[in-house]
Amino acid sequence: MCLAVPVRVTELLPDQMAKISLDGVSKTVSVALVDELRVGDYVILHVGFALSKIDPEEAERTLSLIREIAGPDS
Amino acid sequence: MKYVDEFRDGELARGVAEALARIVRLDRDYRFMEFCGGHTHAISRYGLEDLLPSNVRMIHGPGCPVCVLPIGRIDAAIRLAKLPKVTLCTYADLMRVPASGGASLMKAKADGADIRMVYSTLDALRVAEAEPDREVVFFAIGFETTTPPTALAVRRAIEKKLDNFSIFCNHVLTPAAMRAILGDRGGVEIDGFVGPSHVSAVIGLRPYGFVAEDFGKPLVVAGFEPLDVMQAIVMLVRQLNEGRCDVENQYGRAVVSEGNKKAQAEMADIFELRETFEWRGLGCVPASALRLRDAYAAFDAERRFAIETPSAKDNPACECGAILRGAKRPHDCKLFGTVCTPETPMGSCMVSSEGACAAQWTYRRFDARAA
Repeated sequence: MCLAVPVRVTELLPDQMAKISLDGVSKTVSVALVDELRVGDYVILHVGFALSKIDPEEAERTLSLIREIAGPDS
Repeated sequence: MKYVDEFRDGELARGVAEALARIVRLDRDYRFMEFCGGHTHAISRYGLEDLLPSNVRMIHGPGCPVCVLPIGRIDAAIRLAKLPKVTLCTYADLMRVPASGGASLMKAKADGADIRMVYSTLDALRVAEAEPDREVVFFAIGFETTTPPTALAVRRAIEKKLDNFSIFCNHVLTPAAMRAILGDRGGVEIDGFVGPSHVSAVIGLRPYGFVAEDFGKPLVVAGFEPLDVMQAIVMLVRQLNEGRCDVENQYGRAVVSEGNKKAQAEMADIFELRETFEWRGLGCVPASALRLRDAYAAFDAERRFAIETPSAKDNPACECGAILRGAKRPHDCKLFGTVCTPETPMGSCMVSSEGACAAQWTYRRFDARAA
């Protein structure tokens, strides 16, 4: 139940709904809790609702911090 | 999958582990509680404990909503489901949780009660719309992640003028449980928290301030992937080594410090604090759960069906309570892996995949050392 996964928005639908793609699986979910969504954005999907938008720059920043911790050999 | 695979890179994880081994002080222990069941699952699944230095120990927390729901509430849900006009819609995880007298929602369904598994609150609404003669009750459980979807379902039910839809509300609050664990004198010793991923996406960072300010412990909100957890542990160790205790955010790609304000507003509008609520393992915790506001009483199944939820006793041999407080580990329970397995769970921690016992059983049941 607590599973929440990053999914890509493929189509915005009426009534604050959207079609998303999860590794090729398509599903219609609610995007009522997230503002200013565009097709191509990634959101965290949880029990049929998008909970937050993924920030691609922050994701890259986190990865480079992890690489920095791990050092040049990793 | 994007935003998943790159955070599961084993080489990088080993590199982070080597860095961690270089920065830990050898004259002390580091005891970190991962609050959330999602983290417990990731730690077991990816074998992260094997990557940690021997003086860094992870303690499993109570952040599995299926696990902390006390038996009395499951008993009440079963009573509700057996009412002739009621259709009970529930997340599937709850179906096998043992209730009093060997009962469960699964057995009640087999006995003829109308219980349906749904993926989302919107599915429960659709059942109510399609079957106006049924009293559709949604068994709402979970922390702050599942609460906004429940709030939105109530709002939609009002818009659609559905008068056959109600909520059996069991939503609980993460910060209150953290306070109960930290305030438990004689309880488990913790040096810091790995904070929840998606609860924090909703509530933001501010509600954790008391962990640092009142209890002097660091907290790092972390994503659910193995590299996220490893980085959060590095951040906690650095804080302790530098004598700091701050609330930090490792999961910047999905969590902003103010949280999801829209979700917070929905929750605040529909729900209010209960004075107290019983948790399995933690007992009665003040201001730790939500109920529907009086304005929405018509949607409150507890009031609509005058359901009472007296406290009920756990199986006396089951150690779920102590495991949920972090005081014991799954292998400490004599039922673990003998009579209690995911196929025939005796306690709630063996039911949900986020439960500490289920995670231990699935990935490390032969490893007594890690217990």
